[in-house]
Amino acid sequence: MNLPLKDITETTQQVTHKVWPLTGGVHPEENKHQSTGKPISKAAIPERLILPLSQHAGAPAEPIVAIGDKVLKGQMIAKAVGFVSVPVHAPTSGIVTAIDVHSIPHPSGMSDTCITIETDGKDEWCELKPIENHLSVEPSILVEHVRQSGIAGMGGAGFPTAVKLSPRSAIDTLILNGTECEPYITADDMLMRERADQIVSGASILMHLLKAKQCLIGIEDNKPEAVAAMKQATASNSTMSVAVFPTKYPSGGEKQLIQILTGQEVPSGKLPSDLGIAMQNVGTAAAVHQAVIHGKPLISRVTTLTGDALGDKKNLEVLLGTSVAELLKEANVNDRQLNTLVMGGPMMGFTLDDLTVPVVKTTNCLIAGSIQEFPASMPAQACIRCGMCAEVCPSSLLPQQLYWHAKAENLDQLKHHNLFDCIECGACSFVCPSSIPLVQYYRASKGTIRIQEAKNAKADRSKVRYESRQARLEQDQAEKEAKRKANAKKAAVLKAARESKSDIGSAEVDPVKAAIERAKAKKLAGGTSQPVKAVLSSEQKELKIQLSVANAQSKKIQRALAQVEASGEGDTTKLKSDIAILQAQAEKLQKEFDAAATASPEPSAKPPASADLKKLKVENAMAKAALKKAERALVKAQDENGDTVELQKTVDECRQKLENLTSLPVTGKPVAADRTKPVSDDQLKKLKIENAMAKAALKKAQRALDAADGDKAALETVVAEAGAKADAAAKELADHLA
Amino acid sequence: MALVRQTSPHARGPNSTQQVMKLVLLAAMPGLAMQTIFFGWGTLINVVWCVLIALASEALILKIRKRPLSFYLSDGTAMVTALLLALALPPLVPWWLTMIGVSFAIIIGKQLYGGLGNNPFNPAMLGYVLLLISFPAEMTQWLPPSGIEGHPPVNGFMEALNSIFPLFGQGVNVDAISMATPLDIVRENSSLTINELWAENPVLQSFGGKSWIWINVAYLAGGLFLLYRRVFTWHAPVGMLAALFIMSTLFWGGTGSASHGSPLFHLFSGATMLGAFFIITDPVSSATSVRGRLIFGGCIGVLVYVIRAWGGYPDGVAFATLLMNMAAPMIDYYTQPRTYGHDKPKKGLPKTD
Repeated sequence: MNLPLKDITETTQQVTHKVWPLTGGVHPEENKHQSTGKPISKAAIPERLILPLSQHAGAPAEPIVAIGDKVLKGQMIAKAVGFVSVPVHAPTSGIVTAIDVHSIPHPSGMSDTCITIETDGKDEWCELKPIENHLSVEPSILVEHVRQSGIAGMGGAGFPTAVKLSPRSAIDTLILNGTECEPYITADDMLMRERADQIVSGASILMHLLKAKQCLIGIEDNKPEAVAAMKQATASNSTMSVAVFPTKYPSGGEKQLIQILTGQEVPSGKLPSDLGIAMQNVGTAAAVHQAVIHGKPLISRVTTLTGDALGDKKNLEVLLGTSVAELLKEANVNDRQLNTLVMGGPMMGFTLDDLTVPVVKTTNCLIAGSIQEFPASMPAQACIRCGMCAEVCPSSLLPQQLYWHAKAENLDQLKHHNLFDCIECGACSFVCPSSIPLVQYYRASKGTIRIQEAKNAKADRSKVRYESRQARLEQDQAEKEAKRKANAKKAAVLKAARESKSDIGSAEVDPVKAAIERAKAKKLAGGTSQPVKAVLSSEQKELKIQLSVANAQSKKIQRALAQVEASGEGDTTKLKSDIAILQAQAEKLQKEFDAAATASPEPSAKPPASADLKKLKVENAMAKAALKKAERALVKAQDENGDTVELQKTVDECRQKLENLTSLPVTGKPVAADRTKPVSDDQLKKLKIENAMAKAALKKAQRALDAADGDKAALETVVAEAGAKADAAAKELADHLA
Repeated sequence: MALVRQTSPHARGPNSTQQVMKLVLLAAMPGLAMQTIFFGWGTLINVVWCVLIALASEALILKIRKRPLSFYLSDGTAMVTALLLALALPPLVPWWLTMIGVSFAIIIGKQLYGGLGNNPFNPAMLGYVLLLISFPAEMTQWLPPSGIEGHPPVNGFMEALNSIFPLFGQGVNVDAISMATPLDIVRENSSLTINELWAENPVLQSFGGKSWIWINVAYLAGGLFLLYRRVFTWHAPVGMLAALFIMSTLFWGGTGSASHGSPLFHLFSGATMLGAFFIITDPVSSATSVRGRLIFGGCIGVLVYVIRAWGGYPDGVAFATLLMNMAAPMIDYYTQPRTYGHDKPKKGLPKTD
């Protein structure tokens, strides 16, 4: 089967390109001759043009004119938004009278935003900007020019051409699609017959843009005139060749045409560009020619007007935005015969029930059918699994099995049977002896699966969110538990101390006395050298004296040490070891004193720098509050969207930093604090202020995070910076304290 | 005037289920004619009787299921089931036996599963197997084909009618004139060489047995016509015939007394061609993909030979078909075609998580 098919036209000496057979396919009645009798003529300029902002696949354009503005022919009236989008231009001169919702050509019959222009009949062009010497212009500039000219695929899908001209991988072959395999449509046929030069010129521009080495022009063998014209136009160009292949629907599908012309299959889920192939419709090539050579944006297209209800079947060059009713009138429609109005072909087109919808960039055909032409569909009979659908499927699917699973809503089986490789060509429905609307089942199932997958994705996100929330709660719980245990331990120690005091058998003290005692002990521990009056037992007194002596000695040595260190001479090691001994002594004494002074063990254990400690504690609490706030922000952010792993990390880091900060006062044990304080009081204060400032910055950032719902990245950096600052400050402080 | 709103495609092909069924009925006519020529009016009377019962049973169930009668009755599928069952029955089986078989085929075999398109088994073969198991004596009373010396065939219409419906008068004594089929004779033989067997039995003429060869040729012609009209693809019939040919060649056993008969004998005797082109091609109960149908047909061919050569029944098309009907869904799971753009075909059931 892989033999080259004989070219039926034989108009030139060119070697006909080898072609491969199409998988499956059907032969619906062609009905093309009715509309090829007359050359392409220009449709009259209507009084009003309605231009939908979304005539292409992708994001709708955005109006840049206001109601009442005067626009010239070719002037941009709506700009492209985003990469997959194209602008809209005024097809003729006139005044913008409305920017509102109007019915648009769509299978659902929906309405969308359109710009309405009242034409003035002058058909006055704006200034045109053709690109001269386009072959020496940078391709990216040309691609942008194509984009700004509003060109979208004119074969029917309307995919922005500029996007297709910016492929991911290098392009070797450009394929021009002149297949037009759908019955009735002759717009491309007539275009190739009459404007082959423009198409070839456009093709050479596209080849330049894509740096393609060759161009194949695929045409079905039921268009001998078009084949002859294209062969003549490409005769002098050795890089372009016309490939003629047998007429069979759906040869013109992108994947199918690639199979026919190259024998390759586009892997499922990939693009033709992955095979080094780019495909454009012949009409698109002609539009590229108009845009680059003449500077004219896409404002009109050739549309076939055919069907039994029309008296004058022909191809018209129609201004975009012309209403269907105007065109039907121009083609002498017989209203009594008109039963079904199809936009596009009879196999993949859709019906219209509103004659006011405009012609758009993708409108290649209007079929005004009579009831004999498109009889009402038969009631569906049972599927007898005859397999005729499988024989004609161009994707080698098993439509009968898909139908079965679609009816059973067995989505797994549908995916397993490659439902999403269905191109909805309708060949299966065409041959089905039981008149089952198979394609409709597949469309519905595809929709169901898409909804299902969206739901699953959402559920997955929720699961992640839930799990991280659980983890967070568990962590909180664990922290609380640890704290509770620490408190319990402390309480147990206190209790033991109290019991030991009563064991000693010192005088019974009432609560008031005990409180006074505590206060006094505290005062004593606070470093005041005032003698302690009464209440203390003789043993305690003695201990206390010993302790204060030890402390005084220690202080003295420390002062000496500081002096030595400052002057940088003398033996510091001896002094240091003395300090250590004294400290050990002091500690021992302190412990003994603590054991004895049961009434006030805790206060006495407190560091002498109690004011500082208090301050630190306050700071600690504040930092904790800030952390909690940050966590709350995290929860909120997580509820809003699941992508919070980064944020979580940031908050964890913050938490870590805060823990560092808060642990400092604890590590600054009484003696250490006692020891360092006199050394560098001012410096310490300074550091503490710095520390506080850093913490405030962190808090501020976290408050901002709390309010955040949009741009998290920026805030994250702020939090990170603040955290870093706090970190640095804390480190400095820690260094100093050490 | 309101315009029609409908989803694509708007164009429709000329195919219809009625058309498919009409073609099947038409293609079975030469075979029916041959059976009538060789076995008398009995077959034709059976066909008419079966069709009547089939339509009545189908109408009854449709009525109970509150379905529109004419829409479903006119699809012609009940008639095809009735015809195929009638063609498989001996010519002069009593009317009640036919009624049981056909009503079982339609009511249990087809409608209780949900009607056309939902039956896992070939309804005609279900009916046939029910009768074969329940009434083995009646179901093996094949008449001697016309033109055999000493065995006057039942040629008169009234004679045949009375034999089937004894209410209207005295028919022939079927038991007295019935005769084993060639497949039976070869299966039962254990003492004579093939040549002796052929010389002794007037029913064994040429390679397929007198009459049976012509009946099979007629069904082959009908089947080729259906292939030409693309009612079904070649895969299942070719699979079955090829497998039967290979099996009968491998286990031929020469011309001695242990022989199972020549490959040609198996291809042109019994229900081989009727089965290959009219029974296993029933799309509803067979595998759906082309490769699946090849395997489906091939397995039936093997089973038919196994039953004929070593089983307890003279012919095995019905059993083989039902057995493979059971396997059809599994065959389908493992014979998906390779979809465009995929490296290899998918197999088995989808993986669910």
